[in-house]
Amino acid sequence: MGAFDFGAITRALPYLWDGMQLSLLLTGLSAAGSIVLGTILALMRLSGIKPLQWIGATWVNFFRSLPLLLVIFWFYFLVPLIAQRQVDAFQSALVGFVLFEAAYYCEIMRSGIQSISRGQAWAGYALGLRYSQTMRFIVLPQAFRNMLPVLLTQTIILFQDTSLVFVVGLADFMTSAVTVAQRDGRLMELYIFAAAVYFLMCYGASLYVKFLQKKMHQ
Amino acid sequence: MIEIQHVNKWFGPFQVLKDCTSRVEKGEVVVICGPSGSGKSTLIKCVNGLEPFQEGIITVNGISVGDKATNLPKLRSHIGMVFQNFELFPHKTAAENIALAQLKVLGRSEDEARARGKLLLDRVGLGEMGHKYPSELSGGQQQRVAIARALAMDPIAMLFDEPTSALDPEMINEVLDVMQELARDGMTMMVVTHEMGFARRVADRVIFMDEGEIVEDATKDEFFGTPRSERAQQFLSKILHH
Amino acid sequence: MKYNWNWGILFEEPYFGWLVSGIEWTLIVSAIAWIIAFSLGSLVGVARTVNSMPVRAVATAYVELFRNIPLLVQMFIWFYVVPELVPDGLGRWMKRDMPFPEATSAILCLGTYTASRVAEQVRAGIESIPRGQTAAGLAMGLTLAQVYRYLLVPVGYRIIVPPLTSEFLTIFKNSSLALTIGVGEVLMQARQIENYTFQGFEAFTAATLIYVVVTLIVVFAMDRIEKRARIPGYGVQRGQ
Ligand SMILES: Nc1ncnc2c1ncn2[C@@H]1O[C@H](COP(=O)(O)OP(=O)(O)OP(=O)(O)O)[C@@H](O)[C@H]1O
Ligand SMILES: [Mg+2]
Repeated sequence: MGAFDFGAITRALPYLWDGMQLSLLLTGLSAAGSIVLGTILALMRLSGIKPLQWIGATWVNFFRSLPLLLVIFWFYFLVPLIAQRQVDAFQSALVGFVLFEAAYYCEIMRSGIQSISRGQAWAGYALGLRYSQTMRFIVLPQAFRNMLPVLLTQTIILFQDTSLVFVVGLADFMTSAVTVAQRDGRLMELYIFAAAVYFLMCYGASLYVKFLQKKMHQ
Repeated sequence: MIEIQHVNKWFGPFQVLKDCTSRVEKGEVVVICGPSGSGKSTLIKCVNGLEPFQEGIITVNGISVGDKATNLPKLRSHIGMVFQNFELFPHKTAAENIALAQLKVLGRSEDEARARGKLLLDRVGLGEMGHKYPSELSGGQQQRVAIARALAMDPIAMLFDEPTSALDPEMINEVLDVMQELARDGMTMMVVTHEMGFARRVADRVIFMDEGEIVEDATKDEFFGTPRSERAQQFLSKILHH
Repeated sequence: MKYNWNWGILFEEPYFGWLVSGIEWTLIVSAIAWIIAFSLGSLVGVARTVNSMPVRAVATAYVELFRNIPLLVQMFIWFYVVPELVPDGLGRWMKRDMPFPEATSAILCLGTYTASRVAEQVRAGIESIPRGQTAAGLAMGLTLAQVYRYLLVPVGYRIIVPPLTSEFLTIFKNSSLALTIGVGEVLMQARQIENYTFQGFEAFTAATLIYVVVTLIVVFAMDRIEKRARIPGYGVQRGQ
């Protein structure tokens, strides 16, 4: 089998970096989209309007009972069919991630909104703000701020989840590592390298989250 | 100005308000008191529609609060409200707290809102505190900012729900003084409070509530002179000999 | 949308048989992995609460290592890298003679990964028991080990029944990743049906239904167990 060949990694670095950029782009866009959608779902769940509550709850329970991998396959298969044209794997993966992760972000935002006392909303209404304004200027900013550590933790998970686009051949960091590994016959080097990179990024980010939590609690 | 007629309200099977009727004239100061859980907060929240009620009519300046067609946000923007726990927005500075609704509800310009805010902060004695966040202010200061925030909307009436009961004793007077001055300037006020000293000095009328009912509704002198109901007498003796 | 519906295909052989065998593999892999996750996770979780600094450090390192690397990477490492890293004899056995090498790797991967998550739940459960309880146990003359055995662990587990349910469901869903190393679980079979018949809609719907139904069954069953295991006054720590 031979010794660990660092050259196999250094030679592949530019290619792997391209993959990492795609991973980060997919993470960023998915997080942004699913936080917005998740917040809307959370507001629906808390609206007190039966049909909206039902839609929100069903969405959350449905997607949380499915493996992300299945959702990725679904949208890889569905989006081109619905769009009636070739759609590149990035777009269908993005759609899948947003709809799927929104279920998880929804629950975070829901508990964030519930953590804001009723009095805050009352104070907004009493000043003549409408529901939408009270949510936008008073409740949501506070919920978002209180939940920031949890939202970031979920985004770290989302970053790890993006590695699953490997199954539809989208050239993210994971797929790039696998491609090089198989091409050069250097499985050990590249998989351990991939693990190390993911570990350092995720562990580093989780340390930052811990620091943030400490700072918030003074 | 504020007219409350035969209001009944239930929380599920539990009746919180029982046939409440009263009125507040322009420029009048009405103090509401009564034991805990008697429905004082609920009644005052019905006046600006924060709590819906099932039966009866409440009108403010002739506009019916319970009417589905009423533009509640607009109506509320004319009625200031001050809460027991201040309810300043913790993610905004004092000045931003005061500016928010001026900008978003009244459509004032930034400059206008800031100038008005500065004036009101001066008036409540906090001219230099505009840049501070609520967590950096004492309870009494927070409550005065909350009053300034309500006044910034140029309200035609003010509702106070136990504005001093979350305060340390040494801060109570700084808030009561601001309120007394407001009353002197002719503001119409409904004040839920247990501060009987304030009631004696400032109130025109006193309403006593118990178990959701308005038991007494009398002028200040009548109320403190010869309260007619036994329940009010008991309540007063408890509060005064404390 | 031009698409030729053919729901009947799901009930034709060999496709129906594929789905059934997919369900079997999914359940087998999840169940065995869960046994590993639960035992190893309990051990690591308890280790995170003990007084010994080195023991805690090892347990913490375990948790951080496993939860900060994507499961897919771990899957590949178990399957492709571990046989290269272990001593020659074992490595040769793993490559040549180990039964069901794909499924075994998947089980080890899912088990050790989920153990890190279970460990966190166990730790949280134990830490949520007031310190006074430990003191009371020790004061009664129990050894620390006995306090864990008779007090902290049983009480802790009852508190964390709901999060453990969701961890089991996580392993069940994550078992789908085993397809990347060739385990014929549900999703693998659904894809295979799509490849052979081009009836992707039907195939994925079948897989979706299977996951939803199993989830509903587990949630329902655990709800019953939870009600039985509940200690009055304990364990209602999350808002609905
Ligand atoms: N949202 C609610 N749902 C159900 N019951 C409520 C609700 N809000 C208030 N109540 C009940 O209605 C009754 C009146 O409450 P309210 O807050 O108006 O009393 P209060 O006179 O203001 O008392 P306090 O002096 O303690 O503030 C109480 O018994 C209270 O428990
Ligand atoms: Mg009250």
